[in-house]
Amino acid sequence: MVVAAFADFMQQVVSGLAAGAVYALLALALVIIHRSTGVINFAQGEMALLSTYIAWALITHHDFAYWPAFVATLAISFAGGVATHRIVIRPVEGGSVLRIVIVTIGLLIAINGFVLWQWGGEPRALESPFGIDTYDIGGVVVTANDVGTIAVAFGIVLLLWALFQFTKIGLAIRAAAVNPHEARLVGVRVTWMLALGWGLAATLGAVAGMLTAPTVGLDPNMMQAVLIYAFAAAVLGGIDSPVGAVIGGLLLGLLLNMLSYLAQYEAFDWFSEELRLPMALLLILLVLLVKPSGLFGRPEVKRV
Amino acid sequence: MRTLLELDAVQARYGPVQALHDVSLTVGEGEVVAVLGANGAGKTTTLRAISGTVSRSGGIELDGKALKGGPEAAARAGIAHVPEGRGTFVELTVNENLRLGAYTRRDRAVKQDVERVSGYFPWIAERGGQRAGTLSGGEQQMLALARALMSRPRLLLLDEPSLGLAPMVVREFFRTVRDLNEREGLTVLVVEQDARVALSVSSRAYVLEVGRVALTGTSAELQDDEAVRRSYLGY
Amino acid sequence: MTPRATRLIGFVAFAGFVAFIAVLPSFVSDFKAQQYAYVGIYLIALLGLNILTGYTGQISLGHGAFMAIGGYTSALLIAGNEDFGGSIGGGMKDIWTIPLAGLVAGLAGVAFGIPALRLSGLYLALATFAVAVALPSTVRRFEEFTGGGSGINLFGLPEITGGTTPVEILGRELTYNDWLYYLCWTIALLAFAGAWLILRGRTGRAFRAVRDSETAAVSSGVSLARYKTLAFGISAAYAGVAGGLFAIANTFVNPDAFPVALSIFLLIGIVVGGLGGLSGLVFGAIFVYFIPFWAQGADLGSLLPDRVIEETQKPGGPAIVYGVVLILLMFVIPNGVGGLFRRVGQLLGRRRRSKVQEPL
Repeated sequence: MVVAAFADFMQQVVSGLAAGAVYALLALALVIIHRSTGVINFAQGEMALLSTYIAWALITHHDFAYWPAFVATLAISFAGGVATHRIVIRPVEGGSVLRIVIVTIGLLIAINGFVLWQWGGEPRALESPFGIDTYDIGGVVVTANDVGTIAVAFGIVLLLWALFQFTKIGLAIRAAAVNPHEARLVGVRVTWMLALGWGLAATLGAVAGMLTAPTVGLDPNMMQAVLIYAFAAAVLGGIDSPVGAVIGGLLLGLLLNMLSYLAQYEAFDWFSEELRLPMALLLILLVLLVKPSGLFGRPEVKRV
Repeated sequence: MRTLLELDAVQARYGPVQALHDVSLTVGEGEVVAVLGANGAGKTTTLRAISGTVSRSGGIELDGKALKGGPEAAARAGIAHVPEGRGTFVELTVNENLRLGAYTRRDRAVKQDVERVSGYFPWIAERGGQRAGTLSGGEQQMLALARALMSRPRLLLLDEPSLGLAPMVVREFFRTVRDLNEREGLTVLVVEQDARVALSVSSRAYVLEVGRVALTGTSAELQDDEAVRRSYLGY
Repeated sequence: MTPRATRLIGFVAFAGFVAFIAVLPSFVSDFKAQQYAYVGIYLIALLGLNILTGYTGQISLGHGAFMAIGGYTSALLIAGNEDFGGSIGGGMKDIWTIPLAGLVAGLAGVAFGIPALRLSGLYLALATFAVAVALPSTVRRFEEFTGGGSGINLFGLPEITGGTTPVEILGRELTYNDWLYYLCWTIALLAFAGAWLILRGRTGRAFRAVRDSETAAVSSGVSLARYKTLAFGISAAYAGVAGGLFAIANTFVNPDAFPVALSIFLLIGIVVGGLGGLSGLVFGAIFVYFIPFWAQGADLGSLLPDRVIEETQKPGGPAIVYGVVLILLMFVIPNGVGGLFRRVGQLLGRRRRSKVQEPL
């Protein structure tokens, strides 16, 4: 009985991590943009949505196989992210934070509208590239999709980390994000580095979107909840910490799954599906009250 | 001696406020030249005008070619500007700071250069992985200089390196600068409030006052003239 | 221009505005009057949010929730509730519920403001966002209290002025929509005056000090805790009043009446209207209410070619227009309409002063 309960529990852990992996990717995208441009990109979810629709269109209408479509979408998303920064964000970069926030909100509304306008509101099917198999690991049943999701997310994050740590351009992007003025003095073209940051963030979002669609179905509202979760995860982890974003995302995924899991027990039956998100947010807020800068965030040093 | 840098009637402004009215100076190749003056005289602005960090007009030529554009262009032209406050990338490691110094270089000798540079600053080799923000002020100033050297600059701009440093550290820093100038022929334009230590290293100097060149001469002349020392240099 | 002259012009402009508001219904259709009533409601909410964000510098993504609190307060007081029947309410005249809606929301704002003192900037934005997100679900969950997903219906209740009998003011009979319009705008103008009074005095200066530099404020003796919480309370109260009016005007509240998007639209409203200034907020309110309609081509139908209208009528089309317009507005008028007014005012003032030599 205990073994069964444990197996059950572990299954929830795995699926929680899979969901969390997606939040982690989008949270990481938010953190990259926040570190470089200083804003929360409210349109990150919709940009990911657009990328996912593009992947779907490539597969359904242009006869792409899944993985080529995946790679092509990443490339297109990267270009899209760079273009978004140069065209939409650059003109307002020096201004107040609120102004940029409103621009990203405008982008959110416009992109969401575009997706609806172009492809309609009925849910589309994007099949999981990992298939519908399940594996039995010592009594714990996990789906191939969950395993695949975690693996892909992990791989992408690793690639990104390597890019930032070991390449010249990764170093330049980091420098541009933390000390734009000094970076210019050593010859870094800061504006382009920030644009690349947006490109990378868009790519991460595209992966997040493509990993989400198979499980929840592709429709214009697909990414809204994910964005909220990603925002919460990023803040939980510390809004300027990439490590925090990943861990925050995974923790949040685990937490949400645990809450759903507990709801089946009588002690928690007052707790409905609808309260999942508010509960999760409440818990994050409680964490923030104790650690106002997030788990891995560094407290803001106020310059007088 | 060839003229490496020439400023001709340069003006610079911060928004509506004009900081430099008419500054002309030259720096010969292999020289160490100092720019002195009181606070607000326009010393830092002069360097910023050269590196393109502030909006300026007038003639600025490096090796006969006009310098245009912003700091990135100046960096690519071979100017290494160590700003006020050192400009250390505090969140990055010492090694990463050095690698950034070499950003504009496309050749593959960067690794060797870390060794070469470590020759002047031996502690750098040991502390490569340390976060630059945890270094002391003096160490950060040395790191900034090392970083500048990584780009094999044609001209080194130093902005008030003595700021916030103990006198002994300042002297050591300037000794290193003189070392670099004598051994590698590095051309240096240094802005300083501490006129005494700057003059001990430079061969010539300009004294700025309210955005204009008030006085110029060899360091020896300026040091020997007591009236000049007292009214312009503060000692 | 001397400060005295500026203030005089301000008063004259305000008086002119009041007169304009007073006579407007006589010139527009009944339906339009109802629409403008909603503009007034949004203006009240924006005035409140402006005090919080424009003056104290704290960003709230959750003011829709305070509107909801006000709205539900009013609704419950008017319609009561089967389970709570006589003990909680039912039977209160709609107008009297408005100040109570404001009070309850204001207290909620203070209750929120106190723990929120530890948070700043982005973290505060998330916290307020959490409240906005949590509210519809929470309302739905506790349906015995709130009527759940089906909401509370106020239509046809005798407590609603004009609901069963026609409205009579000063001997003249008003249509229902005209009554609504005057109710909303009277309160809006009072709210406007209230905000003006609060902001020009010591409190306003304290608010601005908090926004510009918390460190400086503290060292000048401004209690951060007091003023930040006060700002939250006042702005929430304003939102509550707006919510109460909304409940009355809509004669219906349910969780979907106060979605997360509402909080976002309110924020858009104060930025487009212009942070800090009060006059631009009227435009902000108009933007919040009307742009979704205009984006669909309604009202502007005659101005645009058919093909364009056709394409924008497709689902999603209006949203594209709305989003693009919003972005362009941020490019062109970064400080909102209010900022535009200020710039024009400055330019006009400067022209008159150009005779005086500016120092070199």
